[in-house]
Order: sequence, then C-alpha cells, then structure tokens
Amino acid sequence: MVCDNCGLNEAIIHLTHIEDNQVSTKHLCEDCAAEKGLQAGEASANLPLTDFLSHVGKAAPEAAAVPCPFCGLKYDEFKKAGRLGCPQCYVVFEPNLKGLLRRLHGGTQHIGKVYLPPNPTLSQQQERLAGLRRKLSKAVEREDFERAAEIRDLIRTIESAP
Amino acid sequence: MIDYTSLTDFGLNWLEASGPHADIVLSTRVRLARNLQGHAFSGRIRDTEREQIFERVRRACDRTPIKGGMTLDLSALAPLSRKVLLERHLISRELAGDGEESPHRGAGLVVGSRDAVGVMINEEDHLRLQVLMSGLRLREAYQTIDRLDEELGAQLPFAYHQEFGYLTSCPTNVGTGLRASILIHLPGLVLTKEIGRILQGITQVGLTFRGLYGEGSEVVGNFFQISNQTTLNKSEDDLIEHLEKIVGQVIQYEAKARRVLVRDASLVIGDKIWRAYGLLRYARSLSFDEVMNLLSGVRLGVSMNLLSGLRVYTLNKVMIYAQNAHLEQAAGRALTEVERDAHRAAYVRRVLEEEGDVPVEPPAGGDAAA
Repeated sequence: MVCDNCGLNEAIIHLTHIEDNQVSTKHLCEDCAAEKGLQAGEASANLPLTDFLSHVGKAAPEAAAVPCPFCGLKYDEFKKAGRLGCPQCYVVFEPNLKGLLRRLHGGTQHIGKVYLPPNPTLSQQQERLAGLRRKLSKAVEREDFERAAEIRDLIRTIESAP
Repeated sequence: MIDYTSLTDFGLNWLEASGPHADIVLSTRVRLARNLQGHAFSGRIRDTEREQIFERVRRACDRTPIKGGMTLDLSALAPLSRKVLLERHLISRELAGDGEESPHRGAGLVVGSRDAVGVMINEEDHLRLQVLMSGLRLREAYQTIDRLDEELGAQLPFAYHQEFGYLTSCPTNVGTGLRASILIHLPGLVLTKEIGRILQGITQVGLTFRGLYGEGSEVVGNFFQISNQTTLNKSEDDLIEHLEKIVGQVIQYEAKARRVLVRDASLVIGDKIWRAYGLLRYARSLSFDEVMNLLSGVRLGVSMNLLSGLRVYTLNKVMIYAQNAHLEQAAGRALTEVERDAHRAAYVRRVLEEEGDVPVEPPAGGDAAA
C-alpha cells in the first residue's frame, strides 16, 4: 500500500480517525508521518545501547587498548557489543564506565538492596543491616506492616548470627 | 525427560485475571538480574562453566520456596516445547534458541509449582529471577522475587560491587538488576489518538515502553509493556513505587478516553466491539495478529460492560493458546501457515462457544448506543 500523502513510499503507519461517528483511515509512509509529528511505536523509545555508546564518551586510547585481565575483553569490543565480559570488567573499565552509567541511570551509586554474600565479613553484615533498616523505615512509612515485620525478622536473623 | 510444557496450565496462573485492574493490566512481571562471582558473563563463558552454573543454580533452587517445581534443561528440549515456553512468556527469545537450533548448553529454566515464579539460567545474565502475576501487583511481585533472591543469594556468591551494586552483563541493568514491567491494554488511548502523547510522557519520566513480546517487538492489539528504564541510583522500592504511580495515571487516562469514546462515538465503538466478536466467533481462518486485534475490541467490550457473558480469563487464554506453537502442540504435528490460521480460527470458535455465553442483545442499559 502506498502512502496517501506522497503516493511514493510504502505506507507503514495507519491512522484511524473518528469524528462524529465517522471513521476515516489514513495510510502514511515513515517520512510523511514524521512530518506530521508521528512515529512508529518503538522508534522513539528504544535507542540500542550500541548506538548510544558510539555517540558518547570516546575512551582514552590507552584505556581502550588494555584488555580486562580476567576475561580479555577490550573496551572497544564492549562499545561494539554493548555487553561487558565479566564482573571484573566493571573494576578495570571503571573510569570509562562511570560516565556511561551516569548518562544511562543519572548516577553511579547503587542505593538499593545491600548484598550479603554467603559467609559474610562483619563489615558486610553491618552494611547490609544499614540497608535493611532503610528498607524497614520505608515500609513503616507507607504503613506496609506485614512487609515491615518480615524485614524486622531478617534483621534479627542477621544480628543473631554467630 | 517428561515434557512439562504439555501440561495444560503450566506456568499460566497469571491468566486467571484475579489481580487488581485485570481487565486493563494483563500482567505484572518483575525480574532481577544476577551473576555469579568468578565466572565470565554469558557472552564470554565456556560451555562447561555454563553447565556448572546450571547445576549450582538448580541445587540452590531446591532449597528455596520454588522447590517442588520443575527444572528444564532447555538445550535438551524439543524446539516446539521451547517455543511453547516462549509463547507463555516463561523464557526469553535468547533461551528459546533460533528455530530448530538449540540454545547454548546450560540454558535452563526453574519454575515453582505455584505462580509463575522462577529462574532463567544462563540467559544474558547467569540468573534471571522472574515472577509473573495477574493484574497490577507490582509490590507483591517484587516482594515475592525479593524473597527468592534472599534465599539464592545466601547460597550463591553473586557478583556485587560496593558502588555499582549487582553487576550485570549489560550496564543498562546494573545496580538493582531490577526490571519491573506491566502489560497494559490501551485501546481507548489508541482510538482517541492520545497514545502518542502518553507514551512520550512515559519516556520522559524514566520509563520505557515496547510491544507485547519484549525488546524490539511490535505493538499488536493495543497491548503495551511499560517498564522502568534505569536500574541504578534508585532503590528497588522507589523504582516499583514510581512505576506503580505512573501506571495508575495511565489507567486513569485510559478510563477517561473510554468515557469520551462512549460519549462521542458510541455507535462506532459498539459496532467495532460486536464486529470483533462476530469475526472471532465465526471466522474460518485467522492470523495471530488478527486475533490479537479482534481480542482487543472484545476485551474493550467486556471491560466496558458493552459485551456480557465472557470472562477476561477466556480472553487471556486465547492470547496464549492461539499462538503457533500452542496450536501445533494441540494438533500433535507441524502445521502449514494456511492450516495454522484454520486451526486458530477453530480453536477460538470452540473456546468462545464453550466458555462464553454472550447474549445477542446487549444487557439493558449496557449498550450506550441503544
């Protein structure tokens, strides 16, 4: 089907218009739709990360050449694929990643759940407890007492662990 | 191995339409991305390590509330069964493999016996904990998955960084690793052409939208997935609360749009709904996209009380069972495209006849055009 507007390109956007119980449908190509300020569903929402990466922050040449000692990934490869190679990459490429994370998420600091690994150290436990207490006061704030009780139990379990 | 995917309602509890706003919000999904310390991420890992991870996760799951469910080795599963799991939204495209081609070794799925709570293993991240619930139930869904995360995290050493939080293969997931999404039906906003403005608004407040089947999928049947865009720099509770608030607003806009439609275009809307029902009820050949678009009309009718005698559950069920792999599974053989469309129409006719009791004349006062 060709575009109702220009009569040249394939129509990919189909507009249904209702007015006074009258239905009319317009078929538009991408260009003409864009002229009218419309775009196909997801085009606006999902800019692939790799596109994004190729437009922002060029890595310093020396950093780009040094591979991650654990998995061998180079920062340039990450920029092409959009995937890191291993947890260690976050440490190795930290200077480059920070800017990216700031642009992606608006900041670099994790303020969510504090992870308590199996066989935690004392400081990990303390950090985790602080995180749980934050969560607890949030739950109390929104009067979610069932959830609050559950978090309180978690805190007790950690506090009473040897 | 027993083919669990042939069990009728395996992993489909969320279809029951029991949750709040279930006529507009089909489902709530929350997932957490986690990786094991000491291993490369999925893109750079060896097959043997993948298999080790599969074993470790499987054993850890056995000591959690999802014990007693099922563990599937996806690389050993028949292509059709994997497609069925994909169509049930239990696994991702990546884990489903490409057509006849199996996914990589170690690709797995653990699903609990109740609710659709489970773990995808060796997806883009080593673990993707996920839960699927009916209606708008973001908090409940997050709490369910948070509990599972507690239990698994106490047994498995997750990759975690003091500043960046939970480490993930893609930096768009790092931090909380949380992606909460709701699948919402917005025919009113589409018909009144408000949808563009709403979706634009959604992207401006840190949320994102996509079609029915995840990243890059098309919008069919006026179904949209709305989810959080960022995962770092905010707590899980804040992410969930924010999404809940915005979705609440979208529901209100949708309700308003429907009121406008009834006021200004009741004849058109009534006709659209009844035509959609008529086609589903009597057509002899239906493509899947056509079914989705017609279901959208019928769903609108049920939701607005313009069409009675049909349950939302039935409509949800059709969305799942009228898909290609489900039809082939029911037929017990591969189907050509022409056959599929005929089987699909026959299935839809049968379900609407068995489960529906739609009076030809609308209920008194229900049809605004009457």
